[in-house]
Amino acid sequence: MNIYVIMKRTFDTEEKIVINDGVIDEDGAEFIINPYDEYAIEEAIVLRDEHGGEVTVVTVGDEDAEKELRTALAMGADKAVLIDVEDVDEELDHFSISKALTAYFSKKEYDIILGGNVAVDDGAGQVASRVAEGLGINQVTTITSLEIDGTAVNIERDVEGDVEKIETSLPLLVTCQQGLNEPRYPSLPGIMKAKKKPLDTIDLDDLDLEEEDVEAKTKTIDRFLPPEKQAGKILEGEVDEQVDELVQLLRNEAKVI
Amino acid sequence: MAMKMLVLGEVKDNELRNVTFEAIAAAKTVADGGEVVGVLFGENLQQHAEKMVHYGADRVITAEKEELSQYTTDAYQQALLQVCDVENPEGIIMGHTSSGKDLAPRIAAKLDCGLVTDAVTVEIEDGQSVFTRPIYSGKAFEKKVMENGRIFATVRPNNIAPLEEDTSKTGDISSMNVDIKDLRSIVKDVVKKSSGGVDLSEAKIIVAGGRGVKSAEGFQPLEELAEVLGAAVGASRGACDAEYCDYALQIGQTGKVVTPDLYIAAGISGAIQHLAGMSNSKVIVAINKDPEAPIFEVADYGIVGDLFDVIPKLTEEFKKVTS
Repeated sequence: MNIYVIMKRTFDTEEKIVINDGVIDEDGAEFIINPYDEYAIEEAIVLRDEHGGEVTVVTVGDEDAEKELRTALAMGADKAVLIDVEDVDEELDHFSISKALTAYFSKKEYDIILGGNVAVDDGAGQVASRVAEGLGINQVTTITSLEIDGTAVNIERDVEGDVEKIETSLPLLVTCQQGLNEPRYPSLPGIMKAKKKPLDTIDLDDLDLEEEDVEAKTKTIDRFLPPEKQAGKILEGEVDEQVDELVQLLRNEAKVI
Repeated sequence: MAMKMLVLGEVKDNELRNVTFEAIAAAKTVADGGEVVGVLFGENLQQHAEKMVHYGADRVITAEKEELSQYTTDAYQQALLQVCDVENPEGIIMGHTSSGKDLAPRIAAKLDCGLVTDAVTVEIEDGQSVFTRPIYSGKAFEKKVMENGRIFATVRPNNIAPLEEDTSKTGDISSMNVDIKDLRSIVKDVVKKSSGGVDLSEAKIIVAGGRGVKSAEGFQPLEELAEVLGAAVGASRGACDAEYCDYALQIGQTGKVVTPDLYIAAGISGAIQHLAGMSNSKVIVAINKDPEAPIFEVADYGIVGDLFDVIPKLTEEFKKVTS
């Protein structure tokens, strides 16, 4: 089975966000594999162990993303590919990234492509579905269970808390939701092995794309932090008094009840 | 510049979802004096179409078909693209809901246009539509514009104020015959799990529990409070990891990002990832034994105490005042 994972390198969820002149300050920040993409990598490894084949993890970014690709290899992926866009001067958006990925996949044979349902940094959730459309294949998003038998696929997906049971077939793109699995930590032997696994770097040229082919369709004109919250009011007294006061405040001051 | 905008409405459990009215309001702003055309897929859509008109749509196109009664990517994509072919809109707005999230990027890819997802406000600045959206799960925000071509956005439920309902307003409601074929996904079953039918992303009030709830049974008092308030029940990652509840309830940077009018956090310490998912709620109440818990830093009202003492009393009080 040819299994691919679309991965994104993101800020660690522990990080506080600092913005200078509308730009996120990345100085000293820790980066991780987008947590939803970890579910995708884990599921890909499980699929390979069950059905054979290999797992290739693909990202669009710059050479800093090699660290996260190596982590994916250490988890158990077989190959990694970095589509390096560092030399592109203009800011890229989801259209651009998916254009590059679609060009990459259109030259490959794939049975299933997995991704996270959203990246925890920009939270857009666009790239995977755009790639599925670009490739003309079916998609099932926010999956929490996946079973493949031949080309038949049974899926459970999270739909705002409810569970939808879906029957479909390969080739397919899925995006992974929490609850799908418990991603493994890279083992020490895994980390050693990962150093020798192939990590290829390609650029837009290799994909027969010009810079204007990936020109962004949207533009970010500002970034800012939400207004600082005023310190709240701690209610004093016995429980009965606290509860009375809270109900009064919610009704008369906050007016939300 | 006056523009023609499409708004895809959404029907759930035979009710038009509120986010539909919010999407209409957003489309009105973007249309800037142009036309807002509602679109509805499913069955028995007449009354919902009228309601879209009452909330500001100039006219509505409906496509009634059995294949559209349940959302699937293929069926909705085929239907919406056929409507786009006929109407050739300059922009599209839909809710940032489960189906909107699934559908919008595919449509954008097909139409070769940009897309701004999860917008919380839209304004016209210098003749341009500017969308504000949260990034880093609400730790920060960004403003986005379309470089050229179609305007396309999904709007987060509960953020854009709908227009006042005007039941005297009339508009053309026309049905369109769409062709649906070769569906690649079949929905075999939908298992309802969401608590009390109140959806977290659209809930006006959320009662959420953390590790302090101590067990699955510990959620009982929270559920009772939620029932009195017509609220949805949520949880922190800690509570989900400890298997007190289902991951579907998780609020935070992984999990759902919510912005209700009132968020009651019980036994939640307030890890930065959880705060990212709820700190933009309008009013936050924190109940926690630990006065140093970070949740108090974002709370408007705090009670230092045991949730098992406080929550049942709160339920009793609210019963009195809401009855």
